[in-house]
Amino acid sequence: MTSDQEAVAGKRRGESGTDTNSAPSVGARRHLLSVSDLGAEGIEEVLRVADAFVEVSKRDIPKVPALRGKTVVTLFVEESTRTKLSFETAAKRLSADVLSFNASSSSLKKGESLRDTVETVAAMGVDAFVVRHSAAGAPAAVARWVDTCVLNAGDGWHEHPTQALLDCCTIRQVLAERDGRAPAETGVECFKGLRVAIVGDVRHSRVARSSVLAFGALGARVTLVAPGTLLPPAVEAWPVAGVSHDLDEVLPQTDVCYLLRLQGERGAGRFLPSVREYAAAYGLNARRAATLADGALVMHPGPMNRGVEIADEVPDLPGSVILRQVANGVAVRMAVLFMLLGTPQGKSPAGAVAGLEDAWETSGA
Amino acid sequence: MAERERRLTTPRGGVFVPRVQVLSAEDVSRAITRIAHEIVERNHGLSDVVVIGLQTGGVSLARRLAQVLEEIEGTAVSAGTLDVAFYRDDIGIRPVLPEAVTDIPEDLAGRLVVLVDDVLFTGRTVRAALNALADYGRARAVQLAVMVDRGHREIPIRPDYVGKNMPTRIDEQVDVSLDGVVLGDVLAR
Repeated sequence: MTSDQEAVAGKRRGESGTDTNSAPSVGARRHLLSVSDLGAEGIEEVLRVADAFVEVSKRDIPKVPALRGKTVVTLFVEESTRTKLSFETAAKRLSADVLSFNASSSSLKKGESLRDTVETVAAMGVDAFVVRHSAAGAPAAVARWVDTCVLNAGDGWHEHPTQALLDCCTIRQVLAERDGRAPAETGVECFKGLRVAIVGDVRHSRVARSSVLAFGALGARVTLVAPGTLLPPAVEAWPVAGVSHDLDEVLPQTDVCYLLRLQGERGAGRFLPSVREYAAAYGLNARRAATLADGALVMHPGPMNRGVEIADEVPDLPGSVILRQVANGVAVRMAVLFMLLGTPQGKSPAGAVAGLEDAWETSGA
Repeated sequence: MAERERRLTTPRGGVFVPRVQVLSAEDVSRAITRIAHEIVERNHGLSDVVVIGLQTGGVSLARRLAQVLEEIEGTAVSAGTLDVAFYRDDIGIRPVLPEAVTDIPEDLAGRLVVLVDDVLFTGRTVRAALNALADYGRARAVQLAVMVDRGHREIPIRPDYVGKNMPTRIDEQVDVSLDGVVLGDVLAR
């Protein structure tokens, strides 16, 4: 596993850069390839910085000069609407320049290899690649080829780390608002014991893989709900509390109902007797949503297949935070870009802070 | 902003060793009262005044200053906080992350903004703060209040209200809180 090797290398770099034993922060590393690179502390750090960018996004002029002179390339070899626009909006609000790459109108169509394409773009002098690819591991490969930051914007079935981070940001924000507190005050304690049901096409979902890691790291209890054929191979190894085939049984014990899109383009239809039967057994409709635990949230990473995994009326129910996920996506991606591009390599802000706090204790000041 | 400066000039974290207590808690309190009177005098009252503390060192001072202003004039004074992390000119040179979310309660267009920080040193934080403020509307005027002016300016910025002028060595550190002002050193670990 390339991403695992990256994670190990990143940890070593983090440890040599600081004197602390804390998990390496985003700022200490060059790439964001997997949620597992971050750990609970790294996720919390991203959420903290994202809160500052949520405030920026609410201003009349939602733009800061933080990444002036940096160039971000969105290299989307697989199609996307929200992730690409979200990353581009984030980079522009940080005053970075954005180069947008479209596979369908590029030299990839003439037979140029991904490696040659990436090296060509890198030679123009860019600071970050945001990579979306249908092959798992493509962003990790790009990270080996070029000497710039690489952000995984979704690779095959593997991972979609910024989606998981924006989901965490949204849950924390909504739960903090209900308590009348600022998200920063709650830390990540709101995730402890939070009952999350991830429902649908888990097998083909990179979002599920990233979200399970993120929710798990923060202490939530995740249950996967799917027909047996749409569960991933080796699901026993996933850090989840349980697996169920019965949505109606799980919903009353669910605080966050996370719906996944049925991925027809990855052949999900072949794993089902019929889409209608799937919708009847695993689709969330208003009647089912009413059986959720009090104050439960309904989330969906988009794009939605209305009438399949989510009934037409569900996105408009009060518990639905789907559009808020999209709004927070910009702030979270601003945070990740800022932390990767705005920090000198090898110096971790978190390490510096943690180090100082130790120092205060030992000096008795 | 001394807090942040101290954290980040030594990325591995240093040990702050206090040497001299320069101002006591009472001295700081008196300085805030004097600055409050100067603000009222200079601006002929408090109409349109907004007090904004810089994260993190200026926040408690700004809150206290707003309280004292309210006591003096008997009118409500709005107070906010500002984090300048995204406006610094050393992004990419040393680690800069926001300490807290900026909280500016109202539109600053046409207002008189009093920026409050604990220590005025190179002036770069204040430069960043001025740029940040511009994104919240065109203030009628901006004035700067600091508890300690320690010299060593790197850009042409001067304070309007000073608690104490304090000549320092460039490698010393100044720690300011409502409990007093302490001069000390940071030793590498």
